[in-house]
Amino acid sequence: MRWPGTILREAGILSMNQRNADFIMLNNARRLYPLVDDKLKTKELAKRAGIAVPALYGVIRTEHAINELDALLGEHKSFVVKPAHGSGGNGILVITDRRQGRFVKASGSMISRDELGHHISNILSGMFSLGGMPDQAMIEYCVQFDPIFEDVAFQGVPDIRTIVFRGVPVASMVRLPTRASDGKANLHQGAVGAGIDMASGQTQSGVCQNARVSTHPDTGAALAGIGIPGWETLLLLAARCYDLAALGYLGVDVVLDREFGPLVLELNARPGLSIQLANRRGLLPALKAIEGMESIPTAADERVALGLDLLAGSATS
Amino acid sequence: MRNLPVWIIAALLMVAGGLLCAYKVNVLGLPLLPSTDAAVWTVEARAAFRARGGPVKATLLIPREPPGFERLDENYISNGFGVSQEVSGQNRAALWAVRRASGIQAVYYRLTVFETQTGNTTHNDPFPGYPRVPDYGESTQAAVNALLNEVRSESADIATFARALIARMNREGANPSVDSLRTGGDSPGAWAQWLVDVLAGARIPARVIWGLPLVDGTRDATLVPYIEVHNEQRWIPMSPETGVVGLPDDFLVWRIGNDPLLAVDGGAQPDVRFSVTRSQRQIVSIARDRAKLHGSLMLDYSLFSLPVQTQNVYRVLLTVPLGAFLVVLLRNVVGVKTFGTFMPILIALAFRETKLLWGIVLFSLIVALGLGLRFALERLKLLLVPRLASVLIIVILLMLFVSLVSHHLGMNRGLSIALFPMVILAMTIERMSLVWEEHGAWEAILQGGGSLLVAAAGFLIMSNQTLTHLVFVFPELLLVLLGGCLILGRYTGYRLSEFWRFRAVLTGKDP
Repeated sequence: MRWPGTILREAGILSMNQRNADFIMLNNARRLYPLVDDKLKTKELAKRAGIAVPALYGVIRTEHAINELDALLGEHKSFVVKPAHGSGGNGILVITDRRQGRFVKASGSMISRDELGHHISNILSGMFSLGGMPDQAMIEYCVQFDPIFEDVAFQGVPDIRTIVFRGVPVASMVRLPTRASDGKANLHQGAVGAGIDMASGQTQSGVCQNARVSTHPDTGAALAGIGIPGWETLLLLAARCYDLAALGYLGVDVVLDREFGPLVLELNARPGLSIQLANRRGLLPALKAIEGMESIPTAADERVALGLDLLAGSATS
Repeated sequence: MRNLPVWIIAALLMVAGGLLCAYKVNVLGLPLLPSTDAAVWTVEARAAFRARGGPVKATLLIPREPPGFERLDENYISNGFGVSQEVSGQNRAALWAVRRASGIQAVYYRLTVFETQTGNTTHNDPFPGYPRVPDYGESTQAAVNALLNEVRSESADIATFARALIARMNREGANPSVDSLRTGGDSPGAWAQWLVDVLAGARIPARVIWGLPLVDGTRDATLVPYIEVHNEQRWIPMSPETGVVGLPDDFLVWRIGNDPLLAVDGGAQPDVRFSVTRSQRQIVSIARDRAKLHGSLMLDYSLFSLPVQTQNVYRVLLTVPLGAFLVVLLRNVVGVKTFGTFMPILIALAFRETKLLWGIVLFSLIVALGLGLRFALERLKLLLVPRLASVLIIVILLMLFVSLVSHHLGMNRGLSIALFPMVILAMTIERMSLVWEEHGAWEAILQGGGSLLVAAAGFLIMSNQTLTHLVFVFPELLLVLLGGCLILGRYTGYRLSEFWRFRAVLTGKDP
């Protein structure tokens, strides 16, 4: 029996300690964190750079403003409430419809207006934000997700997470909500992650609760073989996010909207490690190769090409 | 090499801490283990004489380096005398002088010593050379020769020879010629000197030493003679009565040779009496006094120079780094999940009072009850800060309740729950309920159990006698700990928990 660490090292698996010490600390300047931790700021930056994001309906900053929720929502039937400083998908409430003054959650259960108000109030008081600081509640467009993932997602919004290292996309996965994850696309809350072949944009089998799966646990549909439309545009979009905030080690979450195409949902300065399990591929070889490069192209499309070359090279060797 | 500065700084810190600690162990004699107390003896010599009315100079021989003992402190107490101290042959001497004195005068010399295990147990002076054979006188000479020849045939070396000789000299009626030699001494001192003289007949260097048997509460004691024989390497002490090798227990060698214990110029009737008291002291405090004697600054700036109350605070505080290091190990190397980074350490501090079993029981009880009430509060949809305050108040009420109930049941341990950090408990309950809601009961119990596990491990480390003694007596060891933290701060290896997380890679099994 070999030492497990050796096996993981040979598989190129990036560990939590190494991610923090060698990649996040060295490549992500602390002062840039507010740009991605505050989703309002991220949205503003993205809009300015011409990167597509879900439309912002409004921001609730004070308890008092909760009373004006109805005016703010206007005619929108579906929307998402999220804390501007939330982390790990906590505090995100997806409302898909409104019926008789009540709101329908992504899971199908109903909540009253008071409960919605209480949730927003919790967001404002900092219950979901990092460090418990008082926060703001964002109300934005609820993505009408592209039916392409319909069979492999249980409610909620599936998104595509791409790890971008120094502007070069190195790995992607689709994050598919499950019953257990309550419509959220976070792997540690029980969502399924399906790897994506970087060259073709085809999904592969995936991971759920750190175990390998080939079908969605709720719908039973096969995870592999779904071609993502506009894959090259999506990679380019992810690569361009590096120019928004010069975070060297970045997770870009993109959703595919029926109408608007790929939209950047949020950026993450501490993306998780499960993407390695979803792709059955360790991140280390690609990260080390890019780290060793003296210069990285400035144009986003060249960086995408560099990433694809790198992965093609390591796949054949 | 990206980590080089970290390694260098860590190595410097560790070496500095290690060296400082080694210095304190080897030079100052601070104990590495939390040992028991050592016996400390206070001996007071009262030197009295009758002054003639003119200038007086009194010389009292005092111990130089008594084997098996180390000097902690000495005082010269007198009324109107000038005091000085000098080396006098094999001994030291205390000199009292005064211009004019009459009548009975008394001066005091007070010595504090402690028994050491590390110091010399015998005198190690160089070989004094073979003595000249003394002139015994004709008849005695014959008896001595006969005795020496007899003993010589029964012995192997100097030590056994001397021992056999002394034994034979002390045996009555064995041999008429020896009996004639037995009259050689009429006082213990003279007898010892006579033995030395007879040994000189065989050209064996020997000398008389005078010591004080240390018995607690002794008053008016006098010195007892002993003899020492040199075997060309060291002096071997022997009893002049039995020839048994070695000094008796608790025997403080006061002077070597037969120079008068107290010599008085300008006075008469010298008389020296000893009184002895014994006390127990911690080795640590002995080391402190010794360092003072050696003039070391190290202990002046140690924790021992602080008021006792402050010392006790630091006794607890200094164990916190141990717990913090444990948390680093458990989180970054093992990968245990806990609520809050150092929350388990604060809980572990509370365990100091409750002890482990009760600590775990009480902690689990409060958290479980608090959690139940917290879920009830959830229905009321309270704002965050008022809700936190409510949980805090509930926690305190629960603590009070547990204390009252356990008191009535006669379980006094339950009272110490009052020492639990209530704010930490309230925060733990709040966070646990959030994790419970968002990630399910399993995750909440996992993290709660992890916190409790780390707290229990932290308690065991932080209450370990040896470790707490080490960090208190050698706070510089915290530098070593700091170095360890720096190194672990750049640890990029896998956590043990990641072997489980990435088990799919390890087993290579596809669904």
